[in-house]
Amino acid sequence: MSYIKVKEISKSYSDIHALKGLSMEIPAGTLFGILGPNGAGKSTLIKILATLIEPDSGEISINNINLIKNSRQIRELIGYVAQDVALDKILTGRELLDFQSDLYHINKNKKIERIETLINQLEMNDWIDRKCGTYSGGMKRRIDLAAGLLHLPKVLILDEPTVGLDIESRNIIWQLLKDLRNDGMTVLLSSHYLDEIDKLADRLIIIDHGRVIAQGTPAQLKNKLGGDRITLKVREFSNQEEAEKICEILSSIDGITQIIINKAQGYSINFVADKEKDLLPKLKVELAFSNFEIFSLAQSQPSLDDVYLQATGKTLLDAEISMTGKRDLKKESKQSMR
Amino acid sequence: MELKKYNLFFLYQETFALTKRLFIQLKRRPSTLLAGILQPIIWLFLFGALFSKAPEGFLPGVDSYGNFLGAGLIVFTAFSGALNSGLPLMFDREFGFLNRLLVAPLTSRLSIVLSAFFYITILSFVQSIVIMIVSYVLGYGWPNLYGLGIVFTTLILLVLFVTSISLCLAFILPGHIELIALIFVINLPLLFASTALAPISFMPNWLGWLASLNPLTFAIEPIRTAYTQTMDLELVALHAPYGDLTCKSCISILFFLTMISLIIIRPLLNRKLN
Repeated sequence: MSYIKVKEISKSYSDIHALKGLSMEIPAGTLFGILGPNGAGKSTLIKILATLIEPDSGEISINNINLIKNSRQIRELIGYVAQDVALDKILTGRELLDFQSDLYHINKNKKIERIETLINQLEMNDWIDRKCGTYSGGMKRRIDLAAGLLHLPKVLILDEPTVGLDIESRNIIWQLLKDLRNDGMTVLLSSHYLDEIDKLADRLIIIDHGRVIAQGTPAQLKNKLGGDRITLKVREFSNQEEAEKICEILSSIDGITQIIINKAQGYSINFVADKEKDLLPKLKVELAFSNFEIFSLAQSQPSLDDVYLQATGKTLLDAEISMTGKRDLKKESKQSMR
Repeated sequence: MELKKYNLFFLYQETFALTKRLFIQLKRRPSTLLAGILQPIIWLFLFGALFSKAPEGFLPGVDSYGNFLGAGLIVFTAFSGALNSGLPLMFDREFGFLNRLLVAPLTSRLSIVLSAFFYITILSFVQSIVIMIVSYVLGYGWPNLYGLGIVFTTLILLVLFVTSISLCLAFILPGHIELIALIFVINLPLLFASTALAPISFMPNWLGWLASLNPLTFAIEPIRTAYTQTMDLELVALHAPYGDLTCKSCISILFFLTMISLIIIRPLLNRKLN
């Protein structure tokens, strides 16, 4: 039974289409990952789920409560940890948690108990009474996470919670998220870190340009790719014409599937080779017949990056790089300001 | 009924928390409070001294220029504080702190606006009382109890009026630079185009018209009259080019302007906060 249902939601900011008919279903008690490069629409999806912005169209429900019509009720169910940690620099961490507790109408006794529990759980004892303006990135993230958990939400929504964090803070947050999931909380985590989603998520969606391009468990998605991933190069930097010729050769070999040209990596060719067949000798012969030599050949177990590559024709890193400079972060920030 | 009782308590709880946050900020960064008190006091000394040798009867209805100036500076202090009240909200918008408030299940997001009103009203009262005490020490008088009621009623109306405009600007303008620039542009010209520093009879005709339409004048004149000790709401407080206005009329106009501004900003606040 799905606890969170998202059906065909779309959202545009003037000429930018952030989400295009995105749908997903999340069962209760799941640690659910939303993976995608910067600019894919993750933050917009998260902000819609956190009731900060409304979609242009589509339906969303959490625990069968319509999110758009009953946003106040939804806010009682969710905890939200934003991508950019916004703390009041003048307040101490404890004052901030106290302030946040009052916004969630937690009574005085319960408030003190919850704050103490979270301080211990997130190992914040040493610095909780210092002003937030003196905190490091990891400390800020931990206090923000504590603020999101004060009212014991049914759903915790986190937008890239470990970006730029030190290993200690990252491990503490990862462990806490696992514990929360084990305690029955539904956790939604957006990230562009493959290893984070691979290690933590029970289920995930991969989004690109505002659309879901793959969904399932990490194992399911990787298994769908079949055998081992092979990356082939016939020279260090090839070209489109040459790459297309090699694709033709490879497609004629029985046992080679899912052939993709990876433009961003010097027109290398990625494909899946059937584990049962020893294809390397045949590959060499066929390439030599067309006057090609193998420059490099790498074999790897399928990863979530391969899933992304398979669906989009580029790796997640390349997608990140191609987005760099295209996004006007200042403009996006202004557009998302109330 | 039970639900309504809880809602009222929750509204109080969240408004109190939001107001408390503003006062913690003020306590740890008291420069705004100090500047807001020091500036009018310096003005009181300097401007008060400026016309100290003016002939008797130079100003209508008062003994000295300091006597005349006090009311103007009380209003100007409250006005400046209220005009700046949008700044914390603007910073919360810019730094994303407002999102923290908006994802919380607030009983009413009106609490965000209410907290700003409470904070500025209390701050303005504290600053005004300090200026009134300094004026008294300098020999510029003290209003009677009835007059004090008029002073604080007028100040509440002015603060509500200006704060609502400032909060509105904090939501409309793109950033704090633009808001500060606008405050700079509005602040002093409105002071000079009012009766804070000089009566209308001293002004050229066009400025007299401007001053007699300026909302600050409608706050200054009842307070000035409150200092005369013969406080009567039916007393003529303002000799405007379009006719004489009593204290009651001035306060009524201020009340009307406040209501209009609250009605105008309501749809904007609803759109921005819901």
